[in-house]
Amino acid sequence: MADPTTVPTPTAPAAKPAAAKPVAPALREFGEIPVLQPGSMAGSKPYVANEKIQEAIGFPGALVEDWHDRAIGKMGELLGRYRSLQVFMDACVHCGACTDKCHYFLGSGDPKNMPVARQELMRSVYRRHFTLAGKLFPKLVGAQDLTRELLDDWFNYYHQCSECRRCSVFCPYGIDTAEITMAGREILDSIGYGQKYGNEIIGKVHRIGNNLGLPGPALEDTLLGLEEDVKEDTGADVKYPLDVQGAEVLLVTPSADFFAEPHVESLIGYGKVFHAAGISWTLSSKASEAGNFGMFIGNYEQLRKIALRIREAALELGVKRIVVGECGHAWRVAYSFWNTLVGIGAGGKDPFAIELQRQLDPRYKQPMHICELTWDLIQEGRLKFDKAKNDHRIITFHDSCNVARASRMGDAPGGQFEIPRAIIRAVANHYVEMAPGTTHEKTFCCGGGGGLLTDELMDLRLKGALPRMEALRQVVDQQGVNFMATICAICKAQFSKVLPYYGHKMQLVGGVHQLVSTAIRLGDG
Amino acid sequence: MNHAFAALFYFATAVLVAGVAARVLLWWKAPAPLKIPTTPAPTTTGGVALRLARELVFFESLFRANLWLWACGWVFHVGLALVGLRHLRYFTEPVWGLVAWMQPLGILGGLLMAAGLAGLWLRRWAVQRIRYISTPSDHLMLALLLLIAASGLAMKFVFHTDVLAVKRFFIGLMHLQVLPLPADGPLVVHLSLVALLMLIFPFSKLLHAPGLFFSPTRNQADDPRERRHQAAWAARLDVTKG
Repeated sequence: MADPTTVPTPTAPAAKPAAAKPVAPALREFGEIPVLQPGSMAGSKPYVANEKIQEAIGFPGALVEDWHDRAIGKMGELLGRYRSLQVFMDACVHCGACTDKCHYFLGSGDPKNMPVARQELMRSVYRRHFTLAGKLFPKLVGAQDLTRELLDDWFNYYHQCSECRRCSVFCPYGIDTAEITMAGREILDSIGYGQKYGNEIIGKVHRIGNNLGLPGPALEDTLLGLEEDVKEDTGADVKYPLDVQGAEVLLVTPSADFFAEPHVESLIGYGKVFHAAGISWTLSSKASEAGNFGMFIGNYEQLRKIALRIREAALELGVKRIVVGECGHAWRVAYSFWNTLVGIGAGGKDPFAIELQRQLDPRYKQPMHICELTWDLIQEGRLKFDKAKNDHRIITFHDSCNVARASRMGDAPGGQFEIPRAIIRAVANHYVEMAPGTTHEKTFCCGGGGGLLTDELMDLRLKGALPRMEALRQVVDQQGVNFMATICAICKAQFSKVLPYYGHKMQLVGGVHQLVSTAIRLGDG
Repeated sequence: MNHAFAALFYFATAVLVAGVAARVLLWWKAPAPLKIPTTPAPTTTGGVALRLARELVFFESLFRANLWLWACGWVFHVGLALVGLRHLRYFTEPVWGLVAWMQPLGILGGLLMAAGLAGLWLRRWAVQRIRYISTPSDHLMLALLLLIAASGLAMKFVFHTDVLAVKRFFIGLMHLQVLPLPADGPLVVHLSLVALLMLIFPFSKLLHAPGLFFSPTRNQADDPRERRHQAAWAARLDVTKG
């Protein structure tokens, strides 16, 4: 009758002082559910945003004096604004189906990282203030007041959730902890208790145009350099155009693609695809960021404001198609939210939507993922490859959370799994799948998503990566996998950092269009 | 005592119906401004109906989560459904054909209910991480349901009561008449506990039952590129820049 025996994790570390060098936890023998280690991650928290960063995006500069009442008020406001939050507060039955599904719990054993417990940090306060039972019999129903201690727990543990939605796959009612984490962060921001990393980035997008703060001229320079490199490498005049009026395709890609490794290899790949297929395209210095950290802080206004840049760039440049590069959360925002937020998509009957629809080509899905574009071209026979050029690679594919559980590609559900894999099989000979239960909609988060890709959270990131690293270790050892392809900029950055701690080379991770770039025939040169 | 129970059941019914209606109305009115179905998800409304039906009938997501939990939970709910169907005989005259036919299944239902609940409660105690997340109300809810099942089964197998009189009592209530109710201990316990369940239903996690149908991660079609999904308050933002 009992669940699989819980076994103590051999090197279960106690809460570490911040100064100690983080180490990767040991791989589990048989994927055991950890014994609970209460408080083991209580010390893990990101840097708090300073006044300048907070005020730049319209939040109080520091924790306000009446934070308690403001927080409860904000909670009430959000409950009325989002059905998801209201239903998820009410529907949970504490069944525990979610408890062993979160990578941060599996890697750390801290019970507050069990999705239901993470939700309960907020639900206990919801019950206290918004339900009859919680007002009358708090101890009976697990209701509690929002003390300063609990508020700090909110800050700590709502930054130990990457908003990956894995829990929502298994909950009988589809309760999505990500929605609660987003609400938690939105409440925290509204009382002046924000996260430095994410909020600083949002400020940069508004001021400069992208997460990395790369200004237009620097971007132009980078792209020219890229053109030279590719010309030298392939002999072909592959272009990486910027702000070209009247181009057919506007490509919006994560800013990391412009110079980070391995990201830039995918950018090179996109250019080669457009070149080989003869499609005119452009990047935009205004819309030089696919990423949208507004989603991570659950703030609709920021989410929309950042997305608006894409719409404006598309209108200014007069493009016919909008295509998104290899970025996980950006694809979720583009696919699931752009139509709602800024009218990029079909079906809108209002003037705002029609203005853009009239310009865009209705024969294509708007927006489109670069993988959808490439796969369509492959199916039409417009791209040719030398698959043998990828023979030195034994490839596996890591499904990124936001793509797997919060988006689609192609016409049928599940296209977001099939299309990247189909591309890989079209450009390479050796493909291996990781263990079922760790891929597709059950994929394990890389551990660095949702605004957690920061140095001060390295211990958390290492622990969160554990389940994915276990699945990877299996295919590396048993089938010689030496390349894990993924289509998310955060996954690529997280894995590059984390792989060496687990005994792999950082070059083991790369992009799907990196593989395309290796094998594609360019015609001239 | 007859009048006390009559009043109790009228009150409990009113609270149950009004309470659940109020909560459903709250969920109905709350906007769902963004498309957030857990993908892969159906792309059409028909597909969504099927997805919800699979959740309702087979507990599909729970099945994928944990086999033991699914077994205990599903068996309990199947038992509950059978018992519920069998009990319709107390509120309908003549008894509907299907209900008459499935009477023996209802007994099995009672046993399945008890077995499922016992399994769920054992799990709450025996599994560390489930113990951690359980509030007193979680345990009490299981106790309440088990006592209802046990008192019902006790009347079926040991302490027989005058079921015809019970039926006359409830049909009487439906016609605003108070007729005599047998004063047997197990019956009083059973009916009192059922009334308690009705009273607490709208204020408890039992709301998960209607709640499933309002969960945006399950009830939304995955067609954000094909249709422009907009809540009223979000549409108002379209006219301003930034």
